[in-house]
Amino acid sequence: MGPLNYTVAFGTKGYPVVHLLWALIILSLIVVAAITVLTLAGILRRLRERRDATDAHLRSDAINLVPLERGGRGLSLVYIGTGISAALLLATAIWTFFTLDAVSIRPQQPAPPMTIDIIAHQWWWEVRYESSSPAQQFVTANEIHIPTGVRVYFKLHSDDVIHSFWVPQLTGKTDVIPGYENVTWLEADRPGTYRGQCGEYCGLQHAHMAFAVVAQEPAQFAAWKAQQLQPAAPPDSALAAQGQQDFQVHCGICHRVRGTTADGILGPDLTHLMSRASIGADTLPNTPGDLSGWIADPQHIKPGNLMPAVALSGSQLTDIRSYLETLE
Amino acid sequence: MSATPFERIPEIQSPNPQLEHKLEQMWKSKPGIRRWLTTVDHKEIGVMYLVTAFGFLVLGGIEALFMRLQLAGPNGHLLTAQQYNEIFSMHGNTMIFWYAFPILSGFGNYLWPLLLGSRDMAFPRLNAFSYWLFLASGLFLYSSWLVGAPPNDGWFNYTPLASRQFNPGPNIDFYTLSLVFFGLSLTAGGVNFLVTTLRTRCPGMSVNRFPVLIWGTLSANAAGLFAVPVVSVACIMLWLDRNFGAHFFNASNGGQPLLWQHLFWMFAHPWVYMIVLPAMGIVSDLLPTFCRRPLVGYTAVVLSTILTMMIGFGVWLHHMFATGLPSLGMAFFAATSILITLPSGVQLFCWLATIYTGRPVFTTAFHFLAGYMFVFVIGGVSGFMSGAAPVDWQLTDTYWVVAHIHYVLIGWNLFAVMAGMYYWFPKMTGRMLNEKLGKWNFWTMFIGFNVAFFTMHITGLAGMPRRVYTYPAGIGWHIPNLISTVGAFVLTVGILLFFINVFYSKRYGVRAGRNPWDAHSLEWATTSPPPPYNFPVIPSVASRHPLWEKRLKEGDGESVLERGAVLDHHHETFGVTAMDGEPEVILKMPSESYMPLLTTCALSVLFAGLVSRSWWCAGAGALLTVILSVVWLWPLAEAGQREVPADVL
Repeated sequence: MGPLNYTVAFGTKGYPVVHLLWALIILSLIVVAAITVLTLAGILRRLRERRDATDAHLRSDAINLVPLERGGRGLSLVYIGTGISAALLLATAIWTFFTLDAVSIRPQQPAPPMTIDIIAHQWWWEVRYESSSPAQQFVTANEIHIPTGVRVYFKLHSDDVIHSFWVPQLTGKTDVIPGYENVTWLEADRPGTYRGQCGEYCGLQHAHMAFAVVAQEPAQFAAWKAQQLQPAAPPDSALAAQGQQDFQVHCGICHRVRGTTADGILGPDLTHLMSRASIGADTLPNTPGDLSGWIADPQHIKPGNLMPAVALSGSQLTDIRSYLETLE
Repeated sequence: MSATPFERIPEIQSPNPQLEHKLEQMWKSKPGIRRWLTTVDHKEIGVMYLVTAFGFLVLGGIEALFMRLQLAGPNGHLLTAQQYNEIFSMHGNTMIFWYAFPILSGFGNYLWPLLLGSRDMAFPRLNAFSYWLFLASGLFLYSSWLVGAPPNDGWFNYTPLASRQFNPGPNIDFYTLSLVFFGLSLTAGGVNFLVTTLRTRCPGMSVNRFPVLIWGTLSANAAGLFAVPVVSVACIMLWLDRNFGAHFFNASNGGQPLLWQHLFWMFAHPWVYMIVLPAMGIVSDLLPTFCRRPLVGYTAVVLSTILTMMIGFGVWLHHMFATGLPSLGMAFFAATSILITLPSGVQLFCWLATIYTGRPVFTTAFHFLAGYMFVFVIGGVSGFMSGAAPVDWQLTDTYWVVAHIHYVLIGWNLFAVMAGMYYWFPKMTGRMLNEKLGKWNFWTMFIGFNVAFFTMHITGLAGMPRRVYTYPAGIGWHIPNLISTVGAFVLTVGILLFFINVFYSKRYGVRAGRNPWDAHSLEWATTSPPPPYNFPVIPSVASRHPLWEKRLKEGDGESVLERGAVLDHHHETFGVTAMDGEPEVILKMPSESYMPLLTTCALSVLFAGLVSRSWWCAGAGALLTVILSVVWLWPLAEAGQREVPADVL
């Protein structure tokens, strides 16, 4: 059913919740079936009476001819139904408490193994890898890499309105609220790319505020991290060098490329743009063509997003794209 | 309303043409257009409520169809993001506020005095006022399209998205002010329902004999008096934030964005029960008629109704499970949200037992009631599932919740409304709705509704968030969305068949007579349609089913419908004791008046001034409102306290 289908989930946070979800779905379907059968049984009973009765009144379907009668046995059905419901509801409540306990967040002793600070913006995700050592800190956007088998903690902050951090197959929603730090955690027990999505209506482009969680084997994750910690490589061609200059003039006020003078913080950090699979908060795949299209007219692709269409000549567009393609 | 101590002992008579003529002259509305502008007749006001609420249903439905067309396929381009966001917001506001509760107030207004055996609501002019406020606030909301700025942050309008910083236009000012405006209507209507139930009934109408619709509407309106002020205050706070730089919800200045959510849901969760409990009352009152037996477990149903409304105030946090609450708080609200299912379950089992031990007659109304069992249980279990907090972190804000609220709003509300229309249309117009067309009406609505909205559970489980104006291809959302769109159009055809049936049957329908369903309650004891004074003589009742009691052999003594007190000096009705329905006083009631409409116009000027920030205009509106209120409340000679006891027996 697709990458956001949450009837399957993975990891120590996903499993207890998905078990409860399935139990409730099955219980609900049984209840719906039972009530439907009981309603139909009542109707069938009357149809049979109408067919079989000898009394003309009982056979009638004219409302004023059908006799009025206070049948006496009704309440026992109410007692039985209510009793069964009460037991099932109580069991559900208790199961809910245990699940809540299993997935709730607890203080980690000594410190959580890994913490990522998420800052939600209209309409993209800033991802800051925390570390006690400044040399181990780095920033990326819209694509969160994590090692498998590790509990990863998230601090959630918002730069503007309320958003909701949601990776359906790893964790349910936690709202991201301005002026307030929310925390959540998740753990992937197998490698893969898990799609995330903003889960709270946050304005014009709420529909295009997705992201990806990429779970990797610890060794691969370490390699990815080592690469992210590098500053951007210097341009390798004259075209790219020209592109870097144009980028600094036209784009650097909002975007940062570490190791250059492009130092903006309003938009996503582009230091390792080419390591990401998509652009525009998972709006387009990260291909050269889509990248050009996005830079030329972001307002056409994602109307109302906060990246303005910058007036660029055709050649400027080409060399900026060439430069971006060097940001491995 | 003013009271005369029981100085005059009314005559006991049977209805006669002379009396009926005198009452007709005294009670009938003004002729022509003035009739609709000045009426205080609860039946006319009830019909106006119903027609207007159906009008809002049509508007909200058109908005819904635009959304369904946009979402029928991936990357839809029918609407821009801005248009889609405005349309889904207006759809929610329209259906939840201006359709779902007013439609039930329509039934309430039309039926209460008839069910309770009195002549009118306790405050007839206030009744007209609550209608005009409802209409004016709805027009005020829709006037936002004219300036191109309809509300665009959904029906729950979360801050800070709704703050001036992120939403600079007047869109949200229309939202906050129209809700405050509408709140006035709800408050006026709520007070009126409460006092009417407790005070103006016929002799013998003790509380244990109320039809369940009375209990449902009473619970809903009593709850409204507690819930509505919360949202009105929240809206005023947000309006102050937006217009005068207050910082209630503004985090960067020390405000608290979550405060809005708490206030909103403290109102809005009770509201959800307010828009279904009267509808459930309709089901409880209709099933006996169509199953040819009294309701199984009347007392259990009534207590469940009241209990649901009370627990309904203690579950609001389940709308906020994802906001990062402490586990203990979540556990408490998860428990209440799961357990609130139980009283609704009790009602469902009572209905099932009524069907099972009765003899159902398969009219269109019964089709809707039987269909109700099915949609009721689906809406119930999908709601109970979101009480399980960890599961709700997944379900919330996906199409699962969209499916759930539509099972509640269409299933629990509209299906009962449909049954009610087929049942009471003969009373309102004197003609039956066409049964053959009715069956088509039912099946297209039932199939279309379930195709459209059951599928949305699947869309939700596939992870589609609500409130997205478009979605990419290839992530499993296309097919279920397409099915929902097809279902929505089938549902639309069903609703159109209903309107066709109304227009056709109003002219050509079979004549109904007093009691075409051989039903049990008092409204069927008078003519169809009832005369403006409802009952020529005030009946007295001795059982829960005054029209059935002889055949069922129940009651303390006998209900007397064809002989009773003559109240013909003015617009008069009995004031009774709250519990037992013993007559205490003869109450005099005011007659037609322009004041409710004029005062509403003055308030409209006030709100127009507020939304356009024309303070002089707002001031003029406020002043005008005060002046008109004084005129309105000036003591009336016709409703004076004392009279010479001319005909003491």
